[in-house]
Amino acid sequence: MTVELLQVIKPTGEYVEEIEPDISKDELRRLYRLMVLLRNLDIRGLQLQRQGRIGFFIGSLGQEACQIGSAYALKPQDWAFPAYREIGAALLRGATLKEVMNQYFANAEDLQKGRQLTNLYGLKSINFVTGSAPIATQIPHAVGTALAAKIRGDPVVTLVYFGDGATSENDFHTGMNFAGVFKTPTVFFCQNNHWAISVPVERQTSAETIAVKAKAYGFEGVRVDGNDVLAIYRTVKEAVEKARKGGGPTLIEAVTYRMGPHSSSDDPTRYRTKEELEEWQRRDPITRFRKYLEKKRIWSESDEKKAQDDANHEIDEAIAHAEKIPRPALETLFTDVYSDMPWHLEEQLRELQEEKGRKEE
Amino acid sequence: MTVLNIVQAVNHTLRDEMKRNDKIVLLGEDVGVNGGVFRATEGLFQEFGPNRVIDTPLAESGIIGVSIGMALYGLKPVPEIQFLDFIYPGFDQIQSELAKFRYRSGGQFTVPVVIRTPYGGGIRGSHYHSQSTEAFFVHTPGLKVVIPATPYDTKGLLTAALRDPDPVMFLEPKKIYRTVRGDVPDDDYMVPIGKANVARDGEDVTVFAYGAMLHVAMEAVELAAAKGINVEVVDLRTLLPFDIDTILSSVKKTGRVVIVHEACKTCGFGAEIAAQIAERALLQLKAPIVRVAGFDVPFPYVLEDEYMPNANRVLNAIEKVHNF
Repeated sequence: MTVELLQVIKPTGEYVEEIEPDISKDELRRLYRLMVLLRNLDIRGLQLQRQGRIGFFIGSLGQEACQIGSAYALKPQDWAFPAYREIGAALLRGATLKEVMNQYFANAEDLQKGRQLTNLYGLKSINFVTGSAPIATQIPHAVGTALAAKIRGDPVVTLVYFGDGATSENDFHTGMNFAGVFKTPTVFFCQNNHWAISVPVERQTSAETIAVKAKAYGFEGVRVDGNDVLAIYRTVKEAVEKARKGGGPTLIEAVTYRMGPHSSSDDPTRYRTKEELEEWQRRDPITRFRKYLEKKRIWSESDEKKAQDDANHEIDEAIAHAEKIPRPALETLFTDVYSDMPWHLEEQLRELQEEKGRKEE
Repeated sequence: MTVLNIVQAVNHTLRDEMKRNDKIVLLGEDVGVNGGVFRATEGLFQEFGPNRVIDTPLAESGIIGVSIGMALYGLKPVPEIQFLDFIYPGFDQIQSELAKFRYRSGGQFTVPVVIRTPYGGGIRGSHYHSQSTEAFFVHTPGLKVVIPATPYDTKGLLTAALRDPDPVMFLEPKKIYRTVRGDVPDDDYMVPIGKANVARDGEDVTVFAYGAMLHVAMEAVELAAAKGINVEVVDLRTLLPFDIDTILSSVKKTGRVVIVHEACKTCGFGAEIAAQIAERALLQLKAPIVRVAGFDVPFPYVLEDEYMPNANRVLNAIEKVHNF
């Protein structure tokens, strides 16, 4: 059983007009600029970690089209359930770079109060649910939120991000199964980036594709070129509209590549070849989108320079701000465990404060 | 006032709260048409319909994970896990997700799910329908852990759990689901989470117990009374956050402590109580603390009666601390 791979933009920048989505010139330019921002943010994020200015970094180099194309297909009332390479989706949905950088520095202005590793980001105001490091656990959550919306009769769709490695986990199976049984308005968006740290996708499944797995749960699975932002947008939009109309879930396999390390603690040269990386660098999603914009004559060399400069300037400003902000207050170690602090946490906080006080004397 | 047993008290409380709060949704294996294998949700599917009482696929991580997603959206899910012994596929969801959402999101996202699950031995259920592994959940910051021992407390504590802003593990002592009956007010009331109950006043020895073991302790206490030992019994009711004030005031009064639970002994909840007393009231003790607990073995089948703490074992412990 073969599932076709949808492509709108060819690596040369040429495109298939019949399936080209209807997006205004200004919006296309905005999406491209966001991808450039994301690329630069990734490069700078890893540098910050290497310089010892932030503790850890996990990036999405090469997966920019996946995030931007998918998140652009959602409406504000929809919910996104990220794994940990989707900060671009958060930016598209309205998170500011300043907020994101506060999270990178885990400072006192970070809404998550410095409690999560870089890019395990969540923001309630944009229905972007804070993620966790265990793999695939967010999948049943997305199904539950979709089921709740369906029960309440609200036109809300949930989209859940995960990688090829996650498809081996119990919660992938369980989430897909619940979604199929209850026909929930859920879009399962798998970024097949070929590597779960050092383990290749061939070690996750012997199925011909990941998309084909949807069949067993009673719904449709589709494949899309994960380095083609327009193909992703088109595919996700169709799935979202179908879900909103009561047509149930869809599994989307976006075939992409993690061009960077798994995280700042990983060295990919230990397990994959330079040739493989170079082959995927030639399919870079940003280069491809730029060629498309140039073919349509809506992007110029000066636009490019400005986009790069603006991105770097914005990142510089966000870093300069975030780095000045102190650590979260001591009591945040104990707040938000419960709605109200129980006696034993109050006692432990007091003990810690006294201990700190003694040291400072 | 109505005389109810514990499982009826669960059923009545769910019904009353579901009438008051249309965000409450029950879900789990066999909870719908069948009314639950213990009949805790009997009649609720028929009364509230398939959007409020949902029969799910047989997958505990899905039941709990989907409940978390529903709670994120603002509903009040009350999943039933058929036996505590079967909760482990969902343990990752409880441990990594349910307990940590509020904290890791800086209070932005909350998931006040109430997980109901029958626990405990004494029903000839062998390994997998009998265990008392409450300590796993007490060892998880972010959860509240509640275990009622009477129909009155079942209603009061479950009502409190259903109105609580935090996730609650509501462990129901299945051995005494039907054997313990008592008056339950028809009116709305809550028993506060975090408050123990002095089930019997006494001066000589304190016995701490919870769930089905409360009744074993009470039986032992009557035997002790016949021997002239006047025992105080504290029903802990909430294990997290536990009621340190009631524990300490009883220890200060009697100076002699027995802790009873059916969970295995090593790292069981009794260890925490003993450690708290040692840290805070060591000099009030007149005798070493004695724990009466399940043995450190997988839950048995034929030798179940030997495994379970009984009135005799508790009586021996009472005499031991009394005569020290």
